[in-house]
Amino acid sequence: MFHFSVVTNWIDELLRTYLPDGWALFIEFVLIGIAILTVYAVLALILIYVERKVCAFFQCRLGPTRVGPFGVFQSVADMIKILLKELIKINKVDPRLFRLAAYLVIIASICTFGAIPFDKGLHVVDFNVGVFYLLAISSLGVVGILLAGWSSNNKYTMIGAMRSGAQLISYELSCGLALMTIVMLSGTMQLSTIVEQQTTAWNIFRGGIPAIIAFVIYLIAGHAETNRGPFDLPEAESELTAGYHTEYSGIQFGFFYLAEYLNMFIIAAIATTLFLGGWMPLHIPGWDGFNGVMDYIPPVLWFFAKTFACVFLALWVRWTMPRLRIDQLLKLEWKVLMPISLINIILMALWIIYIDL
Amino acid sequence: MSNSALFLVVLLTAIIMVVAALLIAWLLAPKSNNPLKGEPYECGIPTRGTSWMQFKVGYYLFAILYLVFDVETVLLFPWATIMRDLGTQGLACMAFFFVILTLGLAYAWKKGALQWK
Repeated sequence: MFHFSVVTNWIDELLRTYLPDGWALFIEFVLIGIAILTVYAVLALILIYVERKVCAFFQCRLGPTRVGPFGVFQSVADMIKILLKELIKINKVDPRLFRLAAYLVIIASICTFGAIPFDKGLHVVDFNVGVFYLLAISSLGVVGILLAGWSSNNKYTMIGAMRSGAQLISYELSCGLALMTIVMLSGTMQLSTIVEQQTTAWNIFRGGIPAIIAFVIYLIAGHAETNRGPFDLPEAESELTAGYHTEYSGIQFGFFYLAEYLNMFIIAAIATTLFLGGWMPLHIPGWDGFNGVMDYIPPVLWFFAKTFACVFLALWVRWTMPRLRIDQLLKLEWKVLMPISLINIILMALWIIYIDL
Repeated sequence: MSNSALFLVVLLTAIIMVVAALLIAWLLAPKSNNPLKGEPYECGIPTRGTSWMQFKVGYYLFAILYLVFDVETVLLFPWATIMRDLGTQGLACMAFFFVILTLGLAYAWKKGALQWK
């Protein structure tokens, strides 16, 4: 199968023939940075457009239609507009924390984004503690949200941030425990290795019932992690105007907005990487012809197809379910998902030791 | 290339993106100076009192519970990585730890800490 390091090594050699080593390294770093930002921005544009179109169709509307064919440039126009908006200075805020909050959220989002393996060899950071890294960095976003709500000095933001904090930390547990079952199955935390182990069967098939339970738990908890409906109490617009980012304007609001959409993608991408085989094509043991046809489809396409399937599921849930109350939300996590995750870990351990080996 | 260096590159990229976006916004966005714009948004009514006040204790309780289980996750991850090699013995040891934790959850449940009041 095509390994992306062919391309990176070629660029490396090309640069080293013309430039001294230090400069070559510097240019490679710049290229990596540009690549991350480009993919990040393009994905954000696509996701915002997809969200608006899909939600429109769920509600029997048309969605954006004016800017470009079928309104495809609507999110580009939005992005330009948000850059042109004034950054309003609020009187009573704690200015340093207020600004820091918006930056923390987007920086945490980009750092998580850097660890996703898109293809064989096509990833930026590939720690041997990859899963741990994902959990650690993505929980930085909670700090950003709490800071945003606290520093705004507004009752709406305060309530929003408190709700969000309670929600995010609670669902992070189920997220972590669901990912742990896959770590148990793979015996490693390195994302690229986890993907490569799924050549013959994706983890969701390989791990049997415990893996399927973990996948469902991860989808629910991950969806709650992104603060989107039916778990969107932190920004419940009918009660809290806009929740923790009520006071933000212009590009600072844009950071929250971007991070929210990209977090949706990141959650879907992690679900794809750990449960649905990442960029691995669908293989059925014994069906060589079928496997051959599947191998013919490029891995990047597989990755994006699976991820966008998960994203679509998230959108579907968001625009179908009514919002939960905070007591229902916490009850769902602590009295339903949490015990199931704990039992599921034991189940997975038994599965690995006595059945799978 | 080492992963730590690459992580620094990603972090720097994120910071540069933030700075660049702010710079563009600073160059292009209008700036006005109207004191009324700086009022906190509360549906048009002047705010009463501060928002930095004592808050419902229920959230704190969940934060404490979270702390317990998050530390457990940190402890369980290394075991999860090598549990295949440890086999039945490792599972038995961890099951003991697990039972204690589950008892903790059961205790919190019994005490009504998981009930939102």
